[in-house]
Amino acid sequence: MLALGDRAIAAGRWIALLTTAITFGISTLLYVNFDSTTAQMQFVEEHTWISFLSAMYSLGVDGISMPLIILTAFVTPLVVIAGWTVIEKRPAQYYAAFLILEGLMIGVFASLDALLFYVMWEAMLIPMFIIIGIWGGPRRVYATMKFFLYTFLGSVLMLVSLIYMYLQTCDGGQCSYAIADFQRLPLGMNEQLFIFISFMAAFAVKVPMWPVHTWLPDAHVEAPTGGSVILAAIMLKMGGYGFLRFALPITPDASSKLDWLVISLSLIAVVYIGFVAIVQKDMKKLIAYSSVAHMGFVTLGAFLVFQLLSVNGDVRGAAMGIDGAMVQMISHGLVSGAMFFCVGVLYDRVHSREISAYGGVVNKMPIFAAFAVLFAMANAGVPATSGFVGEFLVIIASFRADFWFAFLAAITLILGAAYTLWLVKRVIFGPVANEHVAALTDLNGREFIVLGLLALAVLALGLWPAPLLDVMRPTVENLVQQITASKL
Amino acid sequence: MNHFGMPATAAELFLLGAICVILLVDVFLSDRNRWVSYALSLLAIAGAAFMTISHPATQRLSVFDGMFIGDPMGDVLKLFTYGTVAASFLYSRDYLARRGLFKGEYFILGLVALLGIMVLIAAGNLLTVYLGLELLSLALYALVAFDRDSGIAAESAMKYFVLGAISSGALLYGFSIVYGVTGTLQLDELAVAVREVGPNNMGLVFALAFIIVGIAFKFGAVPFHMWIPDIYHGAPTPVTLFIGAAPKVASFILAIRVLAEGMDAMLPTWQGMLIALSVLSMVLGNVVAIAQTNLKRMLAYSTISHVGFILLGVLAGTTDGYRAAMYYTMVYVIMSVGSFGVILALSREGFEADQLDDYKGLARKSPWFAAVMLMLMFSLAGVPPFVGFWAKLAVIGAVLNVDLWWLAAVAVVLSVVGAFYYLRVVKLMYFDEPADTVGVQAGGTVRTVLSLNGLAVLALGIFPSVLIDVCARVLP
Repeated sequence: MLALGDRAIAAGRWIALLTTAITFGISTLLYVNFDSTTAQMQFVEEHTWISFLSAMYSLGVDGISMPLIILTAFVTPLVVIAGWTVIEKRPAQYYAAFLILEGLMIGVFASLDALLFYVMWEAMLIPMFIIIGIWGGPRRVYATMKFFLYTFLGSVLMLVSLIYMYLQTCDGGQCSYAIADFQRLPLGMNEQLFIFISFMAAFAVKVPMWPVHTWLPDAHVEAPTGGSVILAAIMLKMGGYGFLRFALPITPDASSKLDWLVISLSLIAVVYIGFVAIVQKDMKKLIAYSSVAHMGFVTLGAFLVFQLLSVNGDVRGAAMGIDGAMVQMISHGLVSGAMFFCVGVLYDRVHSREISAYGGVVNKMPIFAAFAVLFAMANAGVPATSGFVGEFLVIIASFRADFWFAFLAAITLILGAAYTLWLVKRVIFGPVANEHVAALTDLNGREFIVLGLLALAVLALGLWPAPLLDVMRPTVENLVQQITASKL
Repeated sequence: MNHFGMPATAAELFLLGAICVILLVDVFLSDRNRWVSYALSLLAIAGAAFMTISHPATQRLSVFDGMFIGDPMGDVLKLFTYGTVAASFLYSRDYLARRGLFKGEYFILGLVALLGIMVLIAAGNLLTVYLGLELLSLALYALVAFDRDSGIAAESAMKYFVLGAISSGALLYGFSIVYGVTGTLQLDELAVAVREVGPNNMGLVFALAFIIVGIAFKFGAVPFHMWIPDIYHGAPTPVTLFIGAAPKVASFILAIRVLAEGMDAMLPTWQGMLIALSVLSMVLGNVVAIAQTNLKRMLAYSTISHVGFILLGVLAGTTDGYRAAMYYTMVYVIMSVGSFGVILALSREGFEADQLDDYKGLARKSPWFAAVMLMLMFSLAGVPPFVGFWAKLAVIGAVLNVDLWWLAAVAVVLSVVGAFYYLRVVKLMYFDEPADTVGVQAGGTVRTVLSLNGLAVLALGIFPSVLIDVCARVLP
């Protein structure tokens, strides 16, 4: 792709599309051949990578990582299609960056070796840094630097913990970076607290949780459409995935001890950021803040577990919280990605992201308006869309824990409806606001395919979430068991 | 024991002979035929490499009454140094020729410096250590002043010489006190003698302070770093490239031979001193580098911060730590040669390419060199999958292994500070528009070496076991 350069743009585009489409094809095989009766890692592939550090190149999936991999493989081809004619500046490098990024993102979800995970996790920053920096908006340099340094700072602290645990696993000269070994590692309370805090530093920035979310609005606003979509749809999920894969099973006691912290931060994110989103004047910024609020549900669902278990030993409720967190991640990946695509569609035509620059878009773009309203509904968590399932599961789980958690969490349904529907009202409905809007043309074929596929996925997941819940069940149950077993 | 010692010292003797031959040949060459000295110098390095490979030290052996030792670690470091010096010569030729500096002296002095490093690597006695160090330093002083029409180079050389002489004096003074207390200069006997005298002996602690000053100066660790920015900035770029590369191996081996082999019993004392030096270096190097507008000066401060990381490995005081420091040194040298190589590749008649702004829009003008520079910068910042990450991982692991977890945390946080200025170079190359449209005019050799150098940074990062295993084999 890079070698081809900008001389053969058309060929480059097709290569990128075919590669990502084939990747998606292969990833669906994961689902088809997945054995949803076991919590074991499946499709394991293992080679010695660095024998001296006994680091392995080992990949595998379970019920938590498999849906996220499919999500990644599903969204990336859409990004390629969406950028088809829009990206005029150095398109070959643009597609190459996304292909590298996709490989690394799948690697993050599939790594069974902590060192491999870390390498992918960090390496991912490089293409994203470039994507925002080259193809981004006017303040792109500031945004991309902030994005890189924020996430880099969080992750290096996690690295110290990973090395520490690696040294702890040493038994008769044989150490291990395998995540499974880390999960079995007996750790004292103080060790767990330090490790947990370093995990928090890495994952909370990525999720992002309040108050370390400030990089996200900048990065989202300045990134090109494709970059925003990948950021919102996949990268944020890595934080949630990290909590489920690392923080909870490796440091269950510290997580349990500090769950109040995470839960309160999540609730602040859900409520406070919801209010912040209402007053935004920039469409991308509004969606970015809504992402922070929605990801608050993910962390809330994941950490409710401890409240549920300690209050009444409610294992089913705990599993429900984690289920909700997972569904919310997948759903948010689809919905927020779709919302950014919608903004991208408008931006390509008018070159403005200001809400006030629009109004009455429905008169000129009826098909687009239909899609936009659907995704807005999904974002607000209206039943029959995927947004509903995740939020509903988390709220039910929080009812089982504490009424006030549920009350605060449920506020988001109102807030979410308020900011998204108000956005829709101002942008889509009403009379035609100005001559730019009057000159709009409706979706072209490419855009229709992208939004149509996403709409199908959102509705399918909303109406019938069982296929997703089924594949996750054994893994989630196993996870709850791991969390319950104290390491002290 | 072979008192004659010829096989063990074959490489050094060969190189010494070759230097004399080149010196004589060069006198009779006209400027048109100057390439002969260049070719002969490269041949001399190849010959020395052949000698080292054909007489490998499978275990530690010592000749000339223990003055001179050979061990597997030394062999690996020697071979690595040959490669570095050869790469420096290959990078430099075009630049020197363009500026009328293509003279035999550059290569001869480079070879003398190489000989100094080899002697230092093979030193089994504090006197040999000093001999190798001075051989290296004197050659470097002359190299800095090599462009005799440049005022700034002459000033740098003067500064380097005065400060270097003082630090050598301090080192020698420390050695003499050690001799006074223990009665020996032989490193292996010294290790025993230090245990007998006791590591808390006042004289030894006093001596150690002077020795650490000397070592810190050669490394360029804060607060003995003053010479680094000025000399990196003032010297002609090929000389900067040379000084930034091979002598780092010398500093590393100096620390290993003297501290780890000779005075290992005093670990608690020198560990404390090195922690201070290391933290100061990482803080000052990373913070001050942000303020630089000249790339050579920025890389100078980056060197200081990397020295802090190398010292982290040394101060761990375990084999694990020495191995990590050795690995870090080799990785750093590869990256440093590459970054200065980019400056050389981009420079042309009347254009030094040493200002940060000269890199604006490089990705447009030369995507490949910009990509190489990108890999080098991310590697220096310690971002995987490049090799710089593994070096950081190794030293941080070593530090954690001796329970200095706060030091590890300080180191990683400072590496984030450091990431900022490396990213700024990437930003200039990729996000800004070029100021002019003049393309890269580097010759074929420089292009090839630079490409290989960049690919090495990536390949060693994806398959780190290649280099790690080498270090693990020689320091089991």
